[in-house]
Amino acid sequence: MGKLAKSPWLLHYDGSSCNGCDIEVLACTTPVYDIERFGIINTGDPFQADILLITGGINSQSESVVKQIYSQMPNPKVVVAVGICACTGGIFKTCYNIKGGVDTVIPVDVYVPGCAARPQAIIDGVVQALALLEQKRADYAAQRRGVMQEGGIASGADQ
Amino acid sequence: MTEVISVVAYLILAPFAGGLIDGVGRIVSARMQGRKGPPLLQPFYDIIKLFTKQMFAVNSVQLLLNLSYLIFLAVAGCMLFAGADILMCLFVLTTADMFLIMAASSDSSPFSTLGAGREMIQMMAYEPLTLLMSVGFYLATGSFHVGTIISGEYSAVLFLPGMLVGFFFITAIKLRKSPFDLSTSHHAHQEMVKGITTEMAGPTFAIMNVAEYYEMVLMLGLVAIFFLNKNWWSWPLAIAVCLFVYFLEILWDNVCGRVKWKTLLEGCWIVTLLCGGLNLLILMLIR
Ligand code: SF4
Repeated sequence: MGKLAKSPWLLHYDGSSCNGCDIEVLACTTPVYDIERFGIINTGDPFQADILLITGGINSQSESVVKQIYSQMPNPKVVVAVGICACTGGIFKTCYNIKGGVDTVIPVDVYVPGCAARPQAIIDGVVQALALLEQKRADYAAQRRGVMQEGGIASGADQ
Repeated sequence: MTEVISVVAYLILAPFAGGLIDGVGRIVSARMQGRKGPPLLQPFYDIIKLFTKQMFAVNSVQLLLNLSYLIFLAVAGCMLFAGADILMCLFVLTTADMFLIMAASSDSSPFSTLGAGREMIQMMAYEPLTLLMSVGFYLATGSFHVGTIISGEYSAVLFLPGMLVGFFFITAIKLRKSPFDLSTSHHAHQEMVKGITTEMAGPTFAIMNVAEYYEMVLMLGLVAIFFLNKNWWSWPLAIAVCLFVYFLEILWDNVCGRVKWKTLLEGCWIVTLLCGGLNLLILMLIR
């Protein structure tokens, strides 16, 4: 596994979940499932997170928060939607205040269905996210190199 | 010559030693909670990852201030490992902390500002004992010079048992272990996000972590000079005691909840007065 995949730090945000999925996310950190054995830390800080776990659909009030948290996470980053509410809006889909799944406001990389999503499924989703994260890291590094080269050409043209 | 070697060894090996000790600590901590815990080399994976992340600077000085924190900590450690003046070493250690506080106050996040305030309270809590301790070393061995302190006939701890107890307290503050991890915590959730490190991302945070490893080795080094004397067997003894002290800190971390800042100040000052002050008084009387 690559550099990022060995130390993915999670950020968990509750969009407008019924708290069922949140409890399952927290269950992942308990001795029974112990996600720290993959080097995963459940951090509360978007500045230091690599994976954004969102539970519940997005409502009009949480929309701006989700967008802000996503923008505060440094690249490369992935988003995992946990629970059917986060995937599509689920049982709350037709509510007047619900916009729908997480992908209505930010790009989602992995969908973990279930109501509530089981801890095994959540861990599985995160592990799938790791592969994506690694790919994004490679893309990001290539992009950074590309920018540098372009910068070099541009500054050369200036002279 | 030995001084040069030990300084170079400190500069190069301290981050690795600190990372390894941290890795072992995380596993031991996980076992205490009935979990398997991360791989031994996890701290290194974390730091490498942080360096590959996007440079997310909230302003242009934070990185510089964090670098100063790292450099001053390394200088303080070098002074200790070169066998120089212990008083000077402790002053430089405090200066380093000031840079971290400035780094945290330089951004606009209310959480890191709050963390910076708490870090200052922590400084107030541990500072008196460090001063008393260096005076204690002077009274016990007749010198502030680390080189002289560790080449005495007997270990300094025979004269300074109270100081060692007090120092155990302030090591918990410096290693950011519960119950004294007020300004920032290694644990996931804190009441103010990540406190002092809230707006440090990627490489900036990695630098702060490397600095913490320098600090960890420095603190354990200070524990060691309580035990070192001119006999060779004092060296393995000192290393064993350092590891034991670190184990006790982890145990304390796991059995105690975070305290409020008032309890921190009162607790530390009472311990400083009782253990440090009494120890110093007795030492002055018998000397
Ligand atoms: S998927 Fe089910 S358990 Fe999860 S937030 Fe929605 S309703 Fe609650």
